[in-house]
Amino acid sequence: MNVHARPAKTAAELALAGVYRDARSALPGGTAVAAQRNAAFEAFSGTGLPGSRLESWKYTDLRRLMADALPLAPPPDAATRAAQAKTSGGPLAGLGLRRLVIIDGALDLAHSDLADLEPGLAVRAMAEVLASDEPLLTLGGSASVTNPTLALNAALAADGVVLSIAPGAVIARPIHLAFVNTGARVAAYTRSRVVVGADAMVALVESHEGPDGAQYQVNTALELVVGDGARVDHVKVTREGNAALHVGALLAEVGARTSFTTLGFTVGGALIRNDLAIRLAGEATVAAIRGVSLLAGTQHADTSLTVDHAAPGGQSRELFKTVVDDRARAVFQGRINVRQPAQQTDAKMMVRALLLSDDARADSKPELEIFADDVQCGHGSTVGPMDEQLKFYLLARGIPEQQAKALLIQAFAAEAVETVAHEGLREVLSDATARWVQER
Amino acid sequence: MTPLLQIRGLEAEVAGRKILNGLDLTVNEGEIHAIMGPNGAGKSTLSHVLAGKPGYEITGGEVLFRGEDLLAMAPDERAAKGVFLAFQYPIEIPGVATLTFLRTALNAQRKKRGEEELSSPDLLKRVREIAKKLGVDPEMLRRPLNVGFSGGEKKRNETLQMALLEPRLCILDETDSGLDIDALKVVANGVNALRAPERGMIVITHYQRLLDYIVPDIVHVLAAGRIVRTGAKELALELEATGYAQYQGEAA
Ligand SMILES: Nc1ncnc2c1ncn2[C@@H]1O[C@H](COP(=O)(O)OP(=O)(O)OP(=O)(O)O)[C@@H](O)[C@H]1O
Ligand SMILES: [Mg+2]
Repeated sequence: MNVHARPAKTAAELALAGVYRDARSALPGGTAVAAQRNAAFEAFSGTGLPGSRLESWKYTDLRRLMADALPLAPPPDAATRAAQAKTSGGPLAGLGLRRLVIIDGALDLAHSDLADLEPGLAVRAMAEVLASDEPLLTLGGSASVTNPTLALNAALAADGVVLSIAPGAVIARPIHLAFVNTGARVAAYTRSRVVVGADAMVALVESHEGPDGAQYQVNTALELVVGDGARVDHVKVTREGNAALHVGALLAEVGARTSFTTLGFTVGGALIRNDLAIRLAGEATVAAIRGVSLLAGTQHADTSLTVDHAAPGGQSRELFKTVVDDRARAVFQGRINVRQPAQQTDAKMMVRALLLSDDARADSKPELEIFADDVQCGHGSTVGPMDEQLKFYLLARGIPEQQAKALLIQAFAAEAVETVAHEGLREVLSDATARWVQER
Repeated sequence: MTPLLQIRGLEAEVAGRKILNGLDLTVNEGEIHAIMGPNGAGKSTLSHVLAGKPGYEITGGEVLFRGEDLLAMAPDERAAKGVFLAFQYPIEIPGVATLTFLRTALNAQRKKRGEEELSSPDLLKRVREIAKKLGVDPEMLRRPLNVGFSGGEKKRNETLQMALLEPRLCILDETDSGLDIDALKVVANGVNALRAPERGMIVITHYQRLLDYIVPDIVHVLAAGRIVRTGAKELALELEATGYAQYQGEAA
């Protein structure tokens, strides 16, 4: 008997094999891409859905939690596209960002804002790039790249956005990738790629949304290559419908002397997993990696982060704030690796979870792995209920209990939200926090 | 006339330890009372119990505020009715801008009293005026509440809040500690400006010097959880000379 035998395939794993088999021939790509897809799906089949046996998925047993795998969403019809084009991105739509709309996994160039593209900015559809048989770029070096869900993404990604920003180009208008899901019982796999040239500057916002009550699945990945001396600010807003599964990845390769910030803002979705694999490949790079999650009901949201300091003199600040209400569950896994050449690295990670109910739960696992000897690194983690002392101070000034709590929850999230450089964006996120607090 | 504050036989425990031990105190409108007493006597405990801080168990006695049962009220209700405690150790509240906090507090109190809320520009004007009087740097108003404020700045900020909220009963728990000599005068002037026929004050301090500026009508000695002596303002001078040795153990 083979003691290493994998457990029997789950219904979702079997369904995924069917999904891939049915979709394969219609997915964009020539022979090279097709071969890459096959290899990726084979790799996925070898591992199956990640579950609690895998250290990196310890707290999010996708194998158990994902009951079924849904077929790829059909291309949206004209009416859906026209309707979504107006509203996609929600309050972000009012900020005058350059919005590119991805509906049910397909980039809709006709409804995207391509007017007056700044010199040096090129926008293409991933479907088109794949069709020309350019292989999917998959950034190496990080453990998360071997993630089974990322392999699935490589196999099934049909479209996404490909941006390239020429060296030295300053893109004044932030670019908004508005991912919208409209269907029920369908899945959307997208892969996007953004290559920022040396000394260029750009702000990038992703938003992911869909209707409440609809069971749909999203697997989305963004590859980000940041050239030397560039400045990139990235925000990802996950506000999927309340029955949605969202698996996302950010794979970033960051060059020397760059300034890179990313903030994940997670409010929606039933089951959310965001993998971040960020490699600070060049020297003297400054990175701020932050997240805010506001969870209620029975939501389960997992953020798993790997930051790789690979070159000397880098600085990174990781700050993750999670508010957990009702029976929701938050997971944070964060690992900072400091490679041997990365002397004078300065890395500090802080993870804080605020529990608003007795049934709320937060697991957090910050880790440091240091191979260089001259570094300043640290991490801290707190999980707990609201500070009664803080609350009492507000009550003692006449602020009623509910309002005092709301103020403190907002204040808790604000530490991360307020770091967003773009004023309009910061306000939208701050308002979204206020709304979440009021509606709880 | 109903006293502003009437405390009778108040007993309170914290963590199973009796701290207030049958405390009696009556403050009438317009009066300023000073409370002095050794470290650990229960002065801050008294102020916390009056403000409604959780963690204290009231095991006896009663407290009437303008004839109403104060201990039955939630802390925010007490504040809206006009009880204000300037904390001995004001805490830092990251993420809440001082001005936002002031606006929220004032308007919450006004709302509870059925008064109209103050518009943001009006509020800003008032806060600025008060800040100027108390020597509070307007820049501080934008900073998160008390975060990184120096000891003296925190105390000024407490006084600023008090001046803005215009309470009926002001309890100042060692507002003088941490203030330099000039700041002490400025803050004392601010407090004196609040002296009014309908307002009462309890000034907790260790130092006679504050009472040179805020001249009390009555001075009490609080030791081992109760008022053990009450006198005129000269009592403070006497205490400065004799210390508390004669009161130690008296109430035990
Ligand atoms: N949470 C607590 N647990 C146990 N004991 C406490 C607690 N809080 C206060 N006490 C005790 O109660 C007593 C009274 O404390 P309180 O702070 O009221 O004194 P105080 O008169 O204000 O002193 P000071 O002049 O030093 O400010 C002290 O012995 C203190 O140690
Ligand atoms: Mg005290």
